[in-house]
Amino acid sequence: MSRFRIPPIASSEITPREVFANRRQFITGAAALGIGGAVAGSLATLAAPAVEAAEKLQTVPGKFTTTGEPLTPYGKVTTYNNFYEFGTDKSEPAKNAHTLRTRPWTVAVEGLVKQPRTFDIDSILRYRPIEERVYRFRCVEAWSMVVPWDGYPLSEFIKACDPLPSAKYVQFLSLHDSKQMPELGSSGFSGPYSEGLRMDEAMNPLTLLTLGLYGEVLPNQDGAPIRVIVPWKYGFKSAKSIVKVRFVDKQPPTTWNNMAPDEYGFYSNVNPSVDHPRWSQKTERRLTGSFFPQIKQTLPFNGYGNEVAALYNGMDLRKYY
Amino acid sequence: MPNRIIVLLKWIVFPLCLLPLALLVWYGVHQNLSADPVAEITHVTGRWALVFILISLAVTPVRRLHPRLGWLIRFRRMLGLYAFFYASLHLCTYVFLFSDLDVPGALANLQAHDWAGFRAQWAVPIATMKDDILRRKFIQVGLFAWCLLLLLALTSPAWIMRRMGGRRWSRLHALVYVAAIAGAVHFWWLVKPGVLRPLPYTLALAVLLLARIAWWLQKKLRRGGIPAPVKVQQPGLS
Repeated sequence: MSRFRIPPIASSEITPREVFANRRQFITGAAALGIGGAVAGSLATLAAPAVEAAEKLQTVPGKFTTTGEPLTPYGKVTTYNNFYEFGTDKSEPAKNAHTLRTRPWTVAVEGLVKQPRTFDIDSILRYRPIEERVYRFRCVEAWSMVVPWDGYPLSEFIKACDPLPSAKYVQFLSLHDSKQMPELGSSGFSGPYSEGLRMDEAMNPLTLLTLGLYGEVLPNQDGAPIRVIVPWKYGFKSAKSIVKVRFVDKQPPTTWNNMAPDEYGFYSNVNPSVDHPRWSQKTERRLTGSFFPQIKQTLPFNGYGNEVAALYNGMDLRKYY
Repeated sequence: MPNRIIVLLKWIVFPLCLLPLALLVWYGVHQNLSADPVAEITHVTGRWALVFILISLAVTPVRRLHPRLGWLIRFRRMLGLYAFFYASLHLCTYVFLFSDLDVPGALANLQAHDWAGFRAQWAVPIATMKDDILRRKFIQVGLFAWCLLLLLALTSPAWIMRRMGGRRWSRLHALVYVAAIAGAVHFWWLVKPGVLRPLPYTLALAVLLLARIAWWLQKKLRRGGIPAPVKVQQPGLS
């Protein structure tokens, strides 16, 4: 089976090559020093900063992949990030996130589960085949990208966590460490970044436990080493660099909802008919790497209505925005 | 400071003030304006408008530091006009790039002389802008600041100042403080809660305003009354 699907890529989108080149250089450098291939490989991950390590992932083509929409180039996906713990400007995480240490990394599972546990990131990586899924990614700030994420359904992980029937919500807590996150103080976050989903949202097959993008492990600024991607919700719902998964019976407090409840609801489903107080959500700027963005009509549930609209039957989505 | 040197300095300062725009164009041409060039241009032009308002506001307090710095006044109008220039670029970015206009589509219409198609392209942006102006405070206050700067730019030529009389002209141009405050408010209202990016600009503005108040109070105390308005000397732009 081919490891890559060849997406319709324009010549301007071949940025990843530079990253490959970096890694090549490093490995050939190590090989030139007379180190065996296998050792060089493991040394590369140990010695090189994670940004350069760009470890490849074995992926299989996933279901639910969107087709026919040009991908946002790797170089744009990895230099335009809202990750306030590494700076509030979108260019800052790419510059600052090299201080994040993604090994050793564990994810603690607690709350309403049969048995609290701690998973090592490498066991999570090996737990299920990693699928490549191309999803639309819609930021609440009215820009959007198309990104090939790599991961497997969050539902698989949740089953492994063995939650109790009383668990109604799942909360994700991100790393909160000022030593690794130098801009934590200016982020405005008082505690760890918190996001949450209703259990049925978390179990929906679209919700992706995400470990990579473009066939490589996640770059630090994109939420390494583990995050979720909830493609029908605004981007901030897709928590990054997760260290704790907590099963709870009540809607958990979430960071942006706490900061500005009138701007960021708990649900935050992509919805063109509910404007952000400061801008319209009817359209979006699709960032494709060209100077002029494509102006697109924003679709309800970011175009994933067939898969998820039923989750909200009978709910007033103007009220539960 | 001899006039010759001031003229020479103007020849240096004038292109220097165009540097932010030049960099923007350079990065734009080289596809280096982040993943979202439209947002980047909006931010950069807006920030430089604010910076130039602050620099032009700093001229008077800096002059008062030393009697030999009086010549700085001859740069104030240029700096103020640059504030208006960048604010106008900022507004244009909003109108032409930020408000959902399909620019490649509109350009294609223009090239094909398809006026009906070109007009149709504007239906969405005009609706977006109307909605913004009616409903969004940060847009309202930003537009207000730009209107003030427009008024000040239009009344900046020396002959208008002479026609108006220095006192009335100075009073009118004190509106630059209002524009500066409106600009800072515009910035605060558009960032997410908790984001402190407007803070440095606001602090600088506060210092400049306090410097004026302190100077005014000092003068008032010394003279025992409200100071007579200063005669402003504004030689023509060379």
